Amino acid sequence: MASLGSACLLLALVVCIYGIGASLYGVRRERPEWSDSGRRAIYALAGVLTVAFAVLEVAFLRNDFSFNTVADTSSMTTPTFYKAAAVWSSQEGSLLLWAWLLSMWSSLVLFLTRKRMRDVAAYATAILLGFGGFFVSLMIFYANPFATTHPAPVEGAGLDPLLRFPTMMIHPPMLYSGYTLCTIPLAFGMGALLARRVDAEWIRAIRRFAFAAWFFLGIGILLGARWSYAELGWGGYWGWDAVENASLMPWLTGTAFLHSLMIQEKRGMLKVWNASLVLATGTLAIMGTFLVRSGVLNSIHAFGGQTLGVPFVCLIGVLIAGSIYLVVTRRDMLRSEHRIDSLLSRESVFLANNVVLVALCFVIFWGTYFPLISEALTGKAASVGPPWFDRYTVPLALILVLLSGIGPVVAWRRGTLVNARRNFLAPVAIALGTLVVLLAAGVSGKPFALAMFGCAAFVLGCVGQEFYRGVRARRAMAGESAPVALMALVRRNRRRYGGYIVHIGIAVLFVGVAASSSFQHAVEPTLSVGQSSRVGAYTVRYVRPTATVTPSNDAAHTGATLSLGAVLDVSKHGRHVATLNPSEGYYASDEPSQGSVGSLIGGQPVSHVAMNAGITRDVWSAIAPDIETLQLKRIVEIGNRTIPFVRPEDALIAVAFLARSYLQHPPPAQFHFIVSPLVMWIWIGGLIVFGGGLIAIWPAPSAMRRRVAVLARDRRARAAQGLARA
Amino acid sequence: MGILVAILTVVLLGVVILLVSAPLRAARRPGVGGAGGVQINESTADRVDLQAAREAKYREIRDAELDYRTGKLSQEDYALVDGTLRAEAVEILDRLAVLGDEAPEDP
Repeated sequence: MASLGSACLLLALVVCIYGIGASLYGVRRERPEWSDSGRRAIYALAGVLTVAFAVLEVAFLRNDFSFNTVADTSSMTTPTFYKAAAVWSSQEGSLLLWAWLLSMWSSLVLFLTRKRMRDVAAYATAILLGFGGFFVSLMIFYANPFATTHPAPVEGAGLDPLLRFPTMMIHPPMLYSGYTLCTIPLAFGMGALLARRVDAEWIRAIRRFAFAAWFFLGIGILLGARWSYAELGWGGYWGWDAVENASLMPWLTGTAFLHSLMIQEKRGMLKVWNASLVLATGTLAIMGTFLVRSGVLNSIHAFGGQTLGVPFVCLIGVLIAGSIYLVVTRRDMLRSEHRIDSLLSRESVFLANNVVLVALCFVIFWGTYFPLISEALTGKAASVGPPWFDRYTVPLALILVLLSGIGPVVAWRRGTLVNARRNFLAPVAIALGTLVVLLAAGVSGKPFALAMFGCAAFVLGCVGQEFYRGVRARRAMAGESAPVALMALVRRNRRRYGGYIVHIGIAVLFVGVAASSSFQHAVEPTLSVGQSSRVGAYTVRYVRPTATVTPSNDAAHTGATLSLGAVLDVSKHGRHVATLNPSEGYYASDEPSQGSVGSLIGGQPVSHVAMNAGITRDVWSAIAPDIETLQLKRIVEIGNRTIPFVRPEDALIAVAFLARSYLQHPPPAQFHFIVSPLVMWIWIGGLIVFGGGLIAIWPAPSAMRRRVAVLARDRRARAAQGLARA
Repeated sequence: MGILVAILTVVLLGVVILLVSAPLRAARRPGVGGAGGVQINESTADRVDLQAAREAKYREIRDAELDYRTGKLSQEDYALVDGTLRAEAVEILDRLAVLGDEAPEDP
């Protein structure tokens, strides 16, 4: 079936080339049937790539090791759950996933806009097919997922153990959905500039997709942070890693765009800014993919090889040059229709929020690409670490959270100092009250964390007041009960109140970040069985060692050949709190020089974290057992000498003997214990953010739309009557 | 297996050709306008832009009312803002009327 997959890729490339030509011919010569044919090429691309993706997925599930990709990233012992996800763990499979998701999302947006903005959509179709053609070309010429080897190996190398984590099933598709969705506003933005149609229509058409890009990218980032926290064994959720940063940058500019597009919709302002943000977001999304897939920067998340750098650099160069050219040559038609009426208006706050978000993006961009910049200038690759990022991003994050409280309380167009004083009184009182309570409770010594708690309380006060006043106004108008009024208020103003909920989520998320990073306790003791260690107010005792042998018995369900761990008793002030079972998995390697027994456990060991998570704090633990003791090494050496490779069952018995020896004479193990306050609120905050996002993005029911249309006609009739009377 | 793959490839190619060529074939048929007979012209583009502007203006009027009712705008400021917005809405409606407005088209 590999040849069917390869045929699909060739067909996909032909479809892309045809579609680009048809779309451009159609729009330039005003031949809509050709534009339509180009649009249908996207649908065809989606269909062809769906078949290709299905072929690869089936090869993984059937252990067809004649596919090089399957042999490199899967094995007979890889759990089925992870075999399905292994498709996108490889360079080739992830490129196919990218192209497939791009074609699916592009088909959706072009189907929804098939009767609107035909000229803009035709250019957008050509650009989206250009992206599709680029990724399909990469697969055909650089990283073919359907390359085969004959005869097929009897066993594969297996999935990278770091990726054997449940969220890995959805983290890459979410992230890639976000990245691919970011290219849709870019394509329509470029299309609008090429067609010289830069009014509100293109913004309206892509608004929901810009929101979807923000939504999926955000979920992908959050799942990645969760994976880092629960799987990587270092206890953190954000390390300012190049790949993490690469996904955050388009999310930040996308967030800025979602705010500033409202100003263009309402006031016809910030057109240059919005066009630039859309183009920057799409380009940053491509750069994010480039970072993951080119291997140009070191990252724990970069699983690609180092072959794709040049094509990606060319694409990014074309995007940047094209974006600048379009914005500069269309600057006359991008002039603002109005000016900001008052500094105390929501437009001003949105503008400030945009400046902060873009500044954050710039800081992260500089820090992320600094190794490349320094290498280009000095010939030496130097990098900046988390303290450098923290120095600049923490103050900016504080301002951002503060603005997310100020924005909802300020009116569009104009506000007065009197109103501002009245509206900010309660939120400021709540913020100050929170600070007083925290200081009285002994929370001190971390000024930035305290400032963040104060800002978050201010946001909750502002947004809470908004909901309260909105409900009160609605009850006064419609005489509804408070819950009904609340539901009606949100339903009738989804974008506004969905956005407010997002602001609450952001404040909650930053409270979790500030508390967990500022008030964390961590120790890395070496303990023998029966010994204890203190971490914060908790005592952790190493009760006994644990061991499992054979992939099917692995307690973490990751297919480890050998898993060594510990039973830990966690107590506080003498009272039992939790029992934790951290372990470390040892996986088979494809390195014959390690011997018949050594190669069964010679792969990259992976820590399986155990934690007791709670609303107020997480107790987090990881273990690094010592299997380099003389006794255990001797078992491996004897096994290697006496058991040939053709008898893997006997080699497994040797591993079982090693496990028994470890249980009987457990050597001291290295542990890592962390007590972090309020980490749970990071995930809760994320859920609130995306819940609010869903409310904001959710389309109005068709019945409501009809009602709105009728109201609009009535209003128009009334306006016309009013005008006639005047 | 080889023959099956060849057949599947040919079928896929046929489906793709049928799909992308449908609008071109439809355009050649006598009496059928290409792409539903919709032509791209200045007035269509202007009308669509104005319809978008009209919807945005209606939303702005509703937002201003909500801002007033939630205490963010004083009575005087609201009267001023609302008056300006309604004047702008009427201006858009006038321009739409000149172009021959149609009911807003759902995506």
